[in-house]
Amino acid sequence: MTELMQADHVPLLFAAAALFCVTVYVLADGLDLGVGILFLAAPRDQDRDVMMASIEPVWDGNETWLVMGGTLLFAAFPAGYYVLLPAFYLPIMFMLFALIFRGVAFGFRLQATRFRPVWDAAFFAGSLLATFCQGLILGGLIEGVPVENGMFAGSAFSFLSVLGVLCGIGLVGGYALIGAGWLIWKAEGPTQVFGREIARAALILTAAMMLLVSLWSAWSVPEVAARWFALPNLFWLAPVPLITVAVIAGIWWAIWNGREAQTFVLSLVLFALGLFGLVVSLWPYVVPRQVTVWDGLSDPRSLAFLGVGVMVIIPVVLAYQAHAYWIFRGKVQHEGGHGGYG
Amino acid sequence: MDALALSRLQFAFTVGFHILWPTLTIGTAWFVTLLSFLWWRTGKTVYRDLMRFWMRLFALVFGMGVVTGIVLSYQIGTNWAGFSRSVANVLGPLLAYETMTAFFLEAGFIGIMLFGESRVSKGTHFFACLMVAGGALISTTWIIAANSWMQTPAGAVADAGGIFHVVDWWQVIFTASFPYRLAHMVCASFLTCAFMIAGVSAFHLWRGQHVAASRTAFSMALWLALVLAPLQIFIGDLHGRNTLVEQPTKLAAMEGLWDTTRGPAMTVIAWPDMAAQKNLYALEIPHLASLYLTHSWDGEVEGLKAVPPADQPNVPIVFFAFRIMAGIGMLLLVTALTGLVLRTRGRLYDTRWFQYLAMATTPLGLVAVLAGWTVTEAGRQPWIIYGVLRTADAVAPVTAGAVTTSLLIFFAVYNLLLLAFVWFAGRVAFKGPTETSPEVAERPGMERASVGLFTNSPTLPSPVPGAGQAKA
Ligand code: HDD
Ligand code: HEM
Ligand code: HEM
Repeated sequence: MTELMQADHVPLLFAAAALFCVTVYVLADGLDLGVGILFLAAPRDQDRDVMMASIEPVWDGNETWLVMGGTLLFAAFPAGYYVLLPAFYLPIMFMLFALIFRGVAFGFRLQATRFRPVWDAAFFAGSLLATFCQGLILGGLIEGVPVENGMFAGSAFSFLSVLGVLCGIGLVGGYALIGAGWLIWKAEGPTQVFGREIARAALILTAAMMLLVSLWSAWSVPEVAARWFALPNLFWLAPVPLITVAVIAGIWWAIWNGREAQTFVLSLVLFALGLFGLVVSLWPYVVPRQVTVWDGLSDPRSLAFLGVGVMVIIPVVLAYQAHAYWIFRGKVQHEGGHGGYG
Repeated sequence: MDALALSRLQFAFTVGFHILWPTLTIGTAWFVTLLSFLWWRTGKTVYRDLMRFWMRLFALVFGMGVVTGIVLSYQIGTNWAGFSRSVANVLGPLLAYETMTAFFLEAGFIGIMLFGESRVSKGTHFFACLMVAGGALISTTWIIAANSWMQTPAGAVADAGGIFHVVDWWQVIFTASFPYRLAHMVCASFLTCAFMIAGVSAFHLWRGQHVAASRTAFSMALWLALVLAPLQIFIGDLHGRNTLVEQPTKLAAMEGLWDTTRGPAMTVIAWPDMAAQKNLYALEIPHLASLYLTHSWDGEVEGLKAVPPADQPNVPIVFFAFRIMAGIGMLLLVTALTGLVLRTRGRLYDTRWFQYLAMATTPLGLVAVLAGWTVTEAGRQPWIIYGVLRTADAVAPVTAGAVTTSLLIFFAVYNLLLLAFVWFAGRVAFKGPTETSPEVAERPGMERASVGLFTNSPTLPSPVPGAGQAKA
């Protein structure tokens, strides 16, 4: 096993595993962060009960992928962990604060009577801030971080960039879109109508920001432009924006049509495309334009140990997570102002 | 203060806050699992009511554990970059395994445990509880393995650049202090929860409400305490003797022993003066420390002066924290024994003063846990990896300003959280188990959301999944 871990394709396998975790995290937690972003926009308290009840049984599992991503980075590509985390110190800390508030809001909101609006606000603000911070990190990642002697060498605010702000807004729109799609699928009646109405706005915001972010990073980060516009890449990559446009059109059309899961599924596809674009821009770096997946890999012995777990346990995890979604399948029931799965 | 001191403060504060919740989840998860089992096998509603009641509290505690735990897993990178660079090969896989084998397991079944009672059979519900409770123990095992490796490193070598490389995974996980620390921690969780349950039940007995359920819980908790309290002291003694061998300086700080001595006395209380390198106002019992540390009248124990003052930990902190922990251990033992005496006289449920005593012990386990971890972690200083990597070399290249900001916010947010938790959990606890008819059964942790979930009467053995839904 250890010898096996010295082969050339090993970094690719672990990069794929890390990418997989990030993708699952973004798609899964995107749906419950998105529901949180829409939380205060919903017109009635009953809608909020349904919205929260719809994600209650699954949010913890979704968020665990964030922990998985972090620990996998630590274990497989340490440089990505100890260079990038200090580089994004403030946005990470604020993301954590935000996740704390929205996490405890699940339990406390339903215990509260008088202070309920406070927990509503905490849930909304936490979801929004966490998402925006993730966007800041994403933008900063595309721009690159200053490194000296293998350690982060910038200041507390060197993460700040126009691109980060654009990504932040885009991510808010995107998660809101996934959340709205989820509501169309899982809710009925007025809550579902709310999901449909808000989905349009979210889609417009997402599409606009995707365009802006693409243009801005092509213009401001030469390495990214070179990656996309050099021949022959251009031919291979040209379909990506085209498919993206098609998916956006598909969502526009799906929002009000009869098949209720479609908006949700297509918005996941839209996100997957966005992530693919990101990978194209940044490959093969763990720390953008400083440390590649080949240089940044841990010891073969550590990878061998880790690899067994990733290959054997992650499929089992996926199976029982899917099972949990299955147990809570169907529409969220809503009776007399109380949420819950019937 | 510099970024190092601030990062230490922040880490100690956040990890100390986190540990409270896992300590409670491990014990309560197993208690709920036991109740779910009893409800499934006996069908006695008292078990169901107790299970729902403790599940409501468990839901709140678990949430706190999750959100504060995520903070830690990122803080190791944000604040301790030097540390994570040097140990990534060793601790990275351990923490990744913790996520894969424990956190996912808990997260995958917590929804069914808390919200699925009406959707699955009693047996399946018990299974979900078992997975959550098992996940909590697995998580403890990995994290204690990681911590024990930092205390007594083995199975890995550091290269010239200070990066550790694993030679033997078995040795990395099963280090010299690991079995003792694991046993002591797990026992601490169960013990803490036993007194938590006893205290809450005593409150209801004192108020004369929910008498049947509270008697059952009170009795179960005190039987548990009777076994666990002496066991914890026994394991603690073993743990201490392991520390004597592996980390003699830490042990000397716990005992307040400055000079290497044959047949040392036990220092009951004193003020360890680090500048003068001696104890002031010491009250001692001759030869006693020798007896419990070396099991002989004249055993030799190494003192603090064996290392230069710069390599000594902060002695007063370790010394007093140890006395707080051990003192609480004794107090809990006395309480458990008193319970036994009252039980044999048939007065367990109606002795007023004992109810007060039980209520007073409710938070003590948590205090002992914090004190114990302070002994462990502060006693290891100035090393972050004992004898190999100094804490000062472990810090990340972050600015003091940024860490001050995050530390202040952590301080504010966590205090707010604690307040909210005490408020809500207190309300649930005071209200107590509801002897409900099935129709108005409540969702754990959710008072207002009562109807939707349990409309298909949870007493029915197994509602067909998905029955009664509009669309699937
Ligand atoms: C309910 C909680 C509780 C109670 C009553 C006790 N302990 Fe403890 N103790 C812990 C909870 C704890 C802990 C928080 O769980 C620690 C920190 C690390 C660990 O593994 O356990 C700990 C650490 C710890 C250590 C530190 C060892 C090291 O890190 O090198 C020693 C020597 C003892 N304990 C010994 C005792 C003795 C002799 C006790 C009784 C007289 C005792 N403990 C009661
Ligand atoms: C895998 C588990 C753990 C790791 C990796 C870890 C790591 C660390 C680190 C990096 C520090 C900072 C160095 C320092 O301040 O001296 C520290 C200190 C500390 N940790 Fe741990 N720790 C772990 C478990 C715990 C737990 C569970 C507690 C429980 C309360 C704890 C309590 C403390 C305390 C009180 C300090 C401050 C000690 C001091 O500053 O003197 N640790 N630990
Ligand atoms: C530096 C030390 C630690 C780190 C990095 C850490 C990390 C975490 C994380 C990320 C979670 C949330 C998991 C989820 O998403 O569900 C968590 C929860 C948990 N942790 Fe910790 N932890 C530390 C110390 C400890 C210690 C010392 C123990 C036990 C003795 C412990 C036991 C648990 C348990 C049982 C849970 C799950 C139950 C709960 O959420 O309350 N942790 N921890």
